[in-house]
Amino acid sequence: MMDKDIKILAIESSCDETAAAVVVNGREVLSNIIYSQIDIHTMYGGVVPEIASRKHIEKINQVIRAALDEAKCTLDDIDAVAVTYGPGLVGALLVGVGAAKAICFAKDIPLVGVHHIEGHISANYIQDKDLKPPFMCLVVSGGHTHLVKVVDYGKYEILGITRDDAAGEAFDKVARAIGLGYPGGPKVDKLAREGNPDAIVFPRAKISDSEYDFSFSGLKSAVLNYINQAAMKGEEINKADVAASFQKAVTDVLTEHTMAAAKYYGMDKVALAGGVASNSSLRNAMKTACNKAGLALYYPSPVLCTDNAAMIGSAGYYEYINGTRHGWDLNAIPNLKLGQR
Amino acid sequence: MKILGFDSSGLVASVAIAEDDNLIAEYTVNYKKTHSQTLLPMLDEIVKMTETDKNSFDALAVAAGPGSFTGLRIGSATVKGLALALNIPVVSVPTLEGLAYNMWGCRDLICPIMDARRNQVYTGLYRFDEENGLQTIMEQTPLDIEALIEKLNEINQKVVFLGDGTNPFRNVIKEKIKTKYSMAPAHMNKQRAGSIAVAGMTRYQLGLYESGDEHSPVYLRVSQAEREREERKKTKGNE
Repeated sequence: MMDKDIKILAIESSCDETAAAVVVNGREVLSNIIYSQIDIHTMYGGVVPEIASRKHIEKINQVIRAALDEAKCTLDDIDAVAVTYGPGLVGALLVGVGAAKAICFAKDIPLVGVHHIEGHISANYIQDKDLKPPFMCLVVSGGHTHLVKVVDYGKYEILGITRDDAAGEAFDKVARAIGLGYPGGPKVDKLAREGNPDAIVFPRAKISDSEYDFSFSGLKSAVLNYINQAAMKGEEINKADVAASFQKAVTDVLTEHTMAAAKYYGMDKVALAGGVASNSSLRNAMKTACNKAGLALYYPSPVLCTDNAAMIGSAGYYEYINGTRHGWDLNAIPNLKLGQR
Repeated sequence: MKILGFDSSGLVASVAIAEDDNLIAEYTVNYKKTHSQTLLPMLDEIVKMTETDKNSFDALAVAAGPGSFTGLRIGSATVKGLALALNIPVVSVPTLEGLAYNMWGCRDLICPIMDARRNQVYTGLYRFDEENGLQTIMEQTPLDIEALIEKLNEINQKVVFLGDGTNPFRNVIKEKIKTKYSMAPAHMNKQRAGSIAVAGMTRYQLGLYESGDEHSPVYLRVSQAEREREERKKTKGNE
């Protein structure tokens, strides 16, 4: 038992959300402030790194201050600062890392660097206070597609990754092709509800030498070809059917790989994480598959699926009690590997 | 007053502690390591070395731009975090003004130039006046190197150049300038946090400071994506 509650101030700025949170003992969220830049990046059809970095530096202090205020505490009550230092956009990450280091230096408190994916996985610890490792976790977002065996807190085995596009990236590209705009995930999900998922058969890629790896670029190309061919023939496409069929193809592969890995490694718990974990088709398919296999399924509420700092505070807490401490030379690492410290 | 100065606008990383008319410590490194890895360890070193109480600072000063976008943000994120935690204000010092402070008391026209790529320099023109100290003749701006030389030829006064732009543009200057000129030597030709701290003190006393929350770098240029978007708009408008 810990003698005293550990209060962590967490900062996340790896992509286009400036976020800060105060989290107690890795599980209880006192505040979770997110400033989203999405409106600005929508004009460019995707995240512009330099603009993201500029917005982060404008908002970082206000977001941190709001997180402290809402948690009704000051920096004097904070035991450590946890900050995302990779993977992500380097210029964006540097804002959070720079501010976190300065705060720790000024207040003489420990600095804990956190892996962004470790944060996404840990969002499940906030959602379900009783969830403990080991479990199988599928991390799917705009930038990442990882199938991870969570062996213990802070201990991971990566079983599969995407060979090309992340699942969320495929959603964005398909959304653009059928004229839905950015960000694609929620828009495809919504339109797909009006379509027939079996209307068009799109390919489900298998990687011959790695059972659990993913590939979505072939699927994306198949969707684009379908649209182009219809256009050349002068045929109108049913956008809802395209969205539903594409989404089903993604969901099938994600579900199949996750269930196969859970079975092979004898896991009785499966968790989803990352922005695409909010996708209704993926959730439903995973619910059905887990029910059938007798496994417990966990997934965070939508606000904990998107990039946020509460999840970094949870991951940071477990890193903190495991003794992870970073020095003043902590740098942003855009391609940081999961488990690297 | 005690002030902590930072400059990470270019290749140089520099931190300094100044108190009234004393420079207590200054640590400057001109090496390829990223500022994210050097700036805080350097600050830690000088604070420890001089047994400085972190709560004894009255203000922070930072070279606020122009400069490398990433370098500026590392400096800004650092002072913003410190300002939040120590509850002290931030003085944004224009980078070119900070460079001009290196040449305090110089009788020549002072022309700091920073390589801004695309055949441009970030530059400004400054002069020291015995009564009023540093005077700005031309506010800092991005400028084609040829346009700058033309302007200096018009003013037709002896000029001293400094900054990281002196190296890449040395030959152009030599070729096209018609006035007498010199290049500042190694100990004063790059960014120094001591200059930022001292310039910061002057600005602070004039009431030119802001909160850490308000502070942001002054880039003097929009991002490439914004520039291209504007250009696309213009082309469309002309069609």
